Amino acid sequence: MSINKDTVKYTAALGRIELSEKEIEHFTGQLDKILDYVHKLKKVDVSKLAPTSHVLEMKNVYRDDKVKPSLPVDEVMKNAPARERNLFKVGKIIE
Amino acid sequence: MELNRLSAHELMGLLDKGDISHVDICNSIIDSIDKKDKSLNAIVNFDKGKVLERANAQKGLPVFIKDNICVKDELTTCSSNILKGFRPPYNATVIEKLLNRNAILMGKTNMDEFAFGSSTETSCYGTTKNPWDLERIPGGSSGGSAACVAADEAIWALGSDTGGSVRQPAGLCGVVGLKPTYGRVSRYGLIAFASSLDQIGTLTKDTEDAAILLKIISGHDPMDSTSVDRPVPDYAKLIKKDIKGLKLGIPKEYFIEGMDKEVKQSVLDAIKKLESLGAACENISLPHTEYAVAVYYLVATAEASSNLARFDGVQYGLRSSQAKGVIDMHKKTRGEGFGDEAKRRIILGAFALSSGYYDAYYLRALKVRTLIKKDFEDAFKKYDAIITPTSPTPAFKIGEKTEDPLTMYLCDIFTISANLAGIPGVSMPCGFTKSNLPVGLQILGKAFDEETILRIAYNYEQGTEWSKRKPGI
Repeated sequence: MSINKDTVKYTAALGRIELSEKEIEHFTGQLDKILDYVHKLKKVDVSKLAPTSHVLEMKNVYRDDKVKPSLPVDEVMKNAPARERNLFKVGKIIE
Repeated sequence: MELNRLSAHELMGLLDKGDISHVDICNSIIDSIDKKDKSLNAIVNFDKGKVLERANAQKGLPVFIKDNICVKDELTTCSSNILKGFRPPYNATVIEKLLNRNAILMGKTNMDEFAFGSSTETSCYGTTKNPWDLERIPGGSSGGSAACVAADEAIWALGSDTGGSVRQPAGLCGVVGLKPTYGRVSRYGLIAFASSLDQIGTLTKDTEDAAILLKIISGHDPMDSTSVDRPVPDYAKLIKKDIKGLKLGIPKEYFIEGMDKEVKQSVLDAIKKLESLGAACENISLPHTEYAVAVYYLVATAEASSNLARFDGVQYGLRSSQAKGVIDMHKKTRGEGFGDEAKRRIILGAFALSSGYYDAYYLRALKVRTLIKKDFEDAFKKYDAIITPTSPTPAFKIGEKTEDPLTMYLCDIFTISANLAGIPGVSMPCGFTKSNLPVGLQILGKAFDEETILRIAYNYEQGTEWSKRKPGI
């Protein structure tokens, strides 16, 4: 067993996803099977390998530090589920 | 003449002669959609009135866009409930480039939710059907783009390819699907799935159209720091050169046990055809191929879990009305808004990145990725391109693999490595099974050498009839 229900619950909480008991049950079995499959990577000797996080051989990409026109605030806010003045409105953060 | 059945370059010829108008083309597309899309479900956002308005104003060719590419003020939802109603305040760079060429934006095409899938079955709009057999999937995640081009509901379309999402549906629908080199096309305005793998690609009726569309969308963009500043060649001109003397590698790891016999035979026949056209084909080995799917489903999900953090109910999209407090709002919004596959991938990715598992899963996967990339670098020292099947089987039945995510993931076994290595690949039709389902041939090339793979594809296409076949729908 590579993953159990508690780990799925914990990881879903890290990812801020609410799951039903049924979903937890269902996903645990499926994810366990997937992790069993990826364990084939254990066969590879990785001790001398550098990781590839990106394929392009580029380092830092700089641009001039100049102010350019940006999107109007109203355009940016128009998809907001709730808005107050120029702010995204959400529920209570501090109890 | 049914204009919707023609390729873009054929239409350009007729337009130049003044035989037809842009409005004629759009009308022919609209008729085709009215007739077919109720059964195909390839198109998810289409406003006839708006399209005709644009056709009257702009003198360009119509194009369909995958639903994960931002079009200003037009619904862009990644086929997900969590983005229902989202209208971006800006255009993706590829859209700006198309508009500069007067393209007429027709609408959005169906896809797997957030491009998570190989069948278009995870879409919140329901599955797209394969035009060759309505009981089968069109492939995915750009299933809508591939199906609408195959069924002549479109002249051409854009898709995106993170692990095969342009090439695999192209293969299963019998059209030409090109994934450019990582960095060739700007990703600005492509809603991110896995940022080190994503690349916008093209779905077209033939290779010449792929070459034309690639040139239009390619090039450096200051808005995407991973887009590369290199000249964009005139692909459509260069691909017409013959392929005499090209050296092609045939990797033995791509002819696996359990693969469909008819698929294998079609690809072997295509290799013979390429030899008869003057290419030298040799058997080669890409020894770390067996690890590609495992590496991919750790790297891609890790990146996805991070990229999809932005869908939190604050700035756009769905917000749960049931929540108490902000954290609960995030959790409920994401629980209600994401479909099963998105949830699975976010959880898998967060797991691979989490403290205690990072080294064993994510970091190990990145190290094995180095080996997969090196396999290709070694092969390309000696060979100009690599020839493989696009998928191990033809299109499968709707519902066949939805309960077992791992078997679904294994559909991408031949396409994933190109994304991990960042190299370009094209899929094109190379035959049909006895039950009349298309078989895809994949040609992989050196980084930034789209020219050679398209040249091979063009020469093969000229010597065969497969690209001319049309589904009965």
